[in-house]
Amino acid sequence: MDRRRLEEKFFLGLMVISSLTIFTSLLLILVDIMVKGIPAMSWAMLTQVPHGGFYQGKGGGVLNAIVGSAVLGICATSLSFFFSLPVVLYLNVYLKPGSRFSAFIRFSLDVLWGIPSIVYGAFGFTLMLFFGLRASLLGGIIAVSLLIFPIMSRAMDEVLKMVPAELLETSYALGTTRLEAALKVVLRQSLPGILTAALIAFGRGIGDAASVIFTAGFSDYISLSLFRPVATLPLAIFYQLGTPYPEVQDRAYASSLILTMLIVLISVLARLLTRRYKSFVVK
Amino acid sequence: MSFKSHIVVKDLEVFYGGTQALKKVNAVVPEKKITVIIGPSGCGKTTLLKSFNRLIELAEDVRFSGEILVDGKNILSPEVEPTAIRKKMGLLSQKPTPLPMSIYDNVAYGPRIHGIKKRKELDRIVEYHLKEVGLWEEVEPRLDEPASRLSVGQQQRLCLARGLAVEPEIILGDEPTSALDPLSSRRIEEKFLELKNKYTIVVVTHILRQAKRLADYVIFLYFGEVIEHGPAEQIFENPSQELTREYIKGIIS
Repeated sequence: MDRRRLEEKFFLGLMVISSLTIFTSLLLILVDIMVKGIPAMSWAMLTQVPHGGFYQGKGGGVLNAIVGSAVLGICATSLSFFFSLPVVLYLNVYLKPGSRFSAFIRFSLDVLWGIPSIVYGAFGFTLMLFFGLRASLLGGIIAVSLLIFPIMSRAMDEVLKMVPAELLETSYALGTTRLEAALKVVLRQSLPGILTAALIAFGRGIGDAASVIFTAGFSDYISLSLFRPVATLPLAIFYQLGTPYPEVQDRAYASSLILTMLIVLISVLARLLTRRYKSFVVK
Repeated sequence: MSFKSHIVVKDLEVFYGGTQALKKVNAVVPEKKITVIIGPSGCGKTTLLKSFNRLIELAEDVRFSGEILVDGKNILSPEVEPTAIRKKMGLLSQKPTPLPMSIYDNVAYGPRIHGIKKRKELDRIVEYHLKEVGLWEEVEPRLDEPASRLSVGQQQRLCLARGLAVEPEIILGDEPTSALDPLSSRRIEEKFLELKNKYTIVVVTHILRQAKRLADYVIFLYFGEVIEHGPAEQIFENPSQELTREYIKGIIS
């Protein structure tokens, strides 16, 4: 075998090994959660709030955290969406491709992306103090929105960049304004990708503990008031893992399983919703 | 050949950054005739065409000066709304560009934007223009399917119907057959010959034989300059410039 073919084989091998490593890690995480989580899973985990002494091994469940995380995740994703969409439409429809301002916005988003979530938590907390808020659902929504905004925007931005310039030109040639072209053509073309971006952000937001620890607080009760503390799954997992009791630690794995399933459920739902629009996408 | 000018270009200059794409271009486009812009690749044909509906302003770092009079009104002046000019002109690009929606919605796209909401009225417009481009029989049973599922040739006729649905006065074609097979190309050419009774048509092409088949009037561009423009027979049979003669004979390309 000559050198060039050997090279090819070697790098192909590397690619396969890397891909398998990633896949195996995912599998191991899922298996680990399931092995430890399924035995600790019970109907009570899903349908009850923690009873007194839950963290010492007594009865109850994490319904408070399931409801809290779902509400917080959905609200934060929506809030972030309403800021991300205008930004990416501005970047991709209004600003010219090589403009300095668009490069600057993208750079800012990349920097924001890299900021650790605990910093968003701390920043959110400072904001809350300024407005005189206590740890609350609202505080959590604000901190998580800030955390996922750059993720969502950048992911959407990459999708919108792929929209062929000819599509916009075609729309303009028919006498539409930029806004009409953006809303009627660009959004339709990139809808599946936009939803994926929103989902990535949702997954990131619902799974983050550091940004909610000061801002959303925790509560053993279900409360949907914007101004009361709210429980979240990542913190429920954190508190359960932090106890010295093995049976409570196992319940942390059951909670992780619930969190993972919640994300899978939302992903599948969104895929089903976008399937209809996918067929219209122009390749 | 006597004619009324629909578009008059006066001293048009276009720059992309530091490069000059068009140099002091002066030309006319006669009404309800087919005008063909010929010339070698990269000589500014498309730039000239896209100046007519001001699509050139979308390019990065573009500057232009001079006048383009459409029905006597300078469309390059800043107070003119580009959307109003573009509504007057249908564009057919090199590659068919179906919009990411159904066949029906593609044709109804322009009329809807320009304020037609009634389903009955839209149905009538869609049917009329799909018939006008000879696509109705082929697509009638599947109007709700994505336009991207049509063949490339059908897509280009759909794009023509979509352009006609906004009721333009002028059709601009930017090498509209370059992505098509010979049969589909011929159908587009036949449509142009039919449509010239109702519309002013401007076609960019680098295929000389196509130019000869279509043209009533010819503009010959060479590296950003108009070398010659005039009625087709004159340009093809008896050009006044040596450069035109050489290009038409195929000595330069």
